[in-house]
Amino acid sequence: MSFFDFFSSLDQKEIVDRVYAKYDQTYLLTLINKESLHYYDFLALLSPSAESVLNEMAIKSQFITKKFFGNTMLLYVPLYLSNECSNACLYCGFNKNANIIRRTLSLKEIEQEILFLKEKGFDHILLLTGEYPSVAGIDYLEEAISLTKKYFSSISLEVFPSTEAKYKQLVDAGATGLTLYQETYHLPTYKLVHLSGPKTNFAFRLNAPEEALAAGFRKVGLGALLGLTDWRFDSAFVGSHAKYLMNKFWKSDVSISFPRLRHTPSSLPLIFTVSDKNLVQMILAFRLFLPSSALTLSTRESAELRDNLMGLCITQMSAESKTNPGGYTSNLSTEQFSTDDNRSLKKIISCLNKKGLDPILKDWSNHFQGFNQEPA
Amino acid sequence: MFAMKNTEILTIAGKEFHSRLFTGTGKFASPKLMKDALTASGTEMVTVALRRVDLKNPEDHILNHLDRTLFHLLPNTSGAANAEEAVRLARLSLASSLSNWIKLEVTPEPRYLLPDGEETLKAAKILIKEGFIVLPYIQADPLLARKLEDIGTATVMPLASPIGSNKGIKNIDLIKIIIEQANIPVVIDAGLGKPSDAAYAMELGADAVLVNTAIATASNPKNMGEAFKLATIAGRIAYLSGLSNTSDIANASSPLDWLS
Repeated sequence: MSFFDFFSSLDQKEIVDRVYAKYDQTYLLTLINKESLHYYDFLALLSPSAESVLNEMAIKSQFITKKFFGNTMLLYVPLYLSNECSNACLYCGFNKNANIIRRTLSLKEIEQEILFLKEKGFDHILLLTGEYPSVAGIDYLEEAISLTKKYFSSISLEVFPSTEAKYKQLVDAGATGLTLYQETYHLPTYKLVHLSGPKTNFAFRLNAPEEALAAGFRKVGLGALLGLTDWRFDSAFVGSHAKYLMNKFWKSDVSISFPRLRHTPSSLPLIFTVSDKNLVQMILAFRLFLPSSALTLSTRESAELRDNLMGLCITQMSAESKTNPGGYTSNLSTEQFSTDDNRSLKKIISCLNKKGLDPILKDWSNHFQGFNQEPA
Repeated sequence: MFAMKNTEILTIAGKEFHSRLFTGTGKFASPKLMKDALTASGTEMVTVALRRVDLKNPEDHILNHLDRTLFHLLPNTSGAANAEEAVRLARLSLASSLSNWIKLEVTPEPRYLLPDGEETLKAAKILIKEGFIVLPYIQADPLLARKLEDIGTATVMPLASPIGSNKGIKNIDLIKIIIEQANIPVVIDAGLGKPSDAAYAMELGADAVLVNTAIATASNPKNMGEAFKLATIAGRIAYLSGLSNTSDIANASSPLDWLS
């Protein structure tokens, strides 16, 4: 059974009813104090009722985060390889119909960017593309990964959905993690915002994280693009997706990201605002539900919000991000979205230090997973 | 102070240690806090995750802050999901002249980081053949401890409770059996949350304890390091002094004295 089958078998109405049920405070406090949360407990913590116990959730979250991750924060940097795309997604800067400057980096250009980022001190890198297989497909990525592997210990990808066999090519080349946001688990909304291109295939995308783990990726990252629909609905299904994958692939890490549309494009038919308070409730609920999972907050969010969530629940952050291919060493293409926290790595490290957190730049060995058979 | 008179020596693979408290280096808020805590703890054996170390960089974050004349470095293979990965990491450590000592950790699932006995035994066999001094992290499994001793590990390091849990000794009966049967040092590793847990482990007759999370995540890691130091010494002295509830039979004057 694939996740799509499992997802289709879920009683969506029951889940929504549980998320919107009224819970009394005493009951919610009991849930917060449980050592291990049931899926239904997670749904209760996503509920409007749980807004009254956010403080208690935060205290527990801080405790769990410290217990599992200590006083640390993993830092990584994204590298956009290509902004070409065959999809028309209403919210995305790379929408195929958008009149933007498109670019796919050559190996030489990738190396230039990599050297620049390595010099800054990064050792965990996230490689990103749009979905345009004829130019930036699996073979292209394979070459990019092999090149990046020479410089970085940990390579994760945020690319298009694919199959186990094709993903295996990327694992063998040296990629460790794959992040793939479903964007929304609400099918009517999904259809509304994905107008054309391969991304219109909801089921194929939904099954891709599973294909990735079957292919041997050690980590997958899930998330919903917050703002497309009711965040409570999407959170509930991101949670079920994560649990499903953890049960089926017990050796793998599943991390959760919280990308939020901050400047809603006018092209979107409906706007679902996700306030800071909503976002915090969501992240805390995930921390309590998945205590050992890495939770990521990118530079889409403001420096202020990111600083406030350091040490509380978030355990990994990007820094100094550019969202256009070649953006670090030249500026000849258009970005996917504008970032808000534009502080330098050095500045973020000094903020972490002030908060009593140790920045971690290396937390992986390239001797894991079958590469570099002999010690370098 | 009575505690300071304890000069008893622990020998592992021919190397002598005056402290029976081993420490980790993860989860600290800064390298300086780590260094201060380790110094206050009096530890002489410090474990470092190889995956965190940049061996090509002499300015490495962790290694740079550890005075190798004070601390015996014990590289560990944490993050390794199987024997092959652990072996590869150990070889890397040796090739980089870090150490031929290795704390063998094979933890294939990321939720509780429980050690995989089967893969640990497999990796230990390979590494011992290659001349490594192997200190394996294991479940409190007395038979596995025996098997590892048979193939020549330097210690066994059973967990008290899941790593980072601070729950203390949860599998006490199995730990007692391991201690009773072992002919190599038994180091209680993982889950010791309070100095009293460390003292308790030492009272049971453990040869040493390894503590990381409880020190690294304390509000005052330096003082907590010292507290663990004292507790470890106290527990050891108590063990050597013959705890009344565990040594009645051996030491009591015999009711059969008259029988010659």
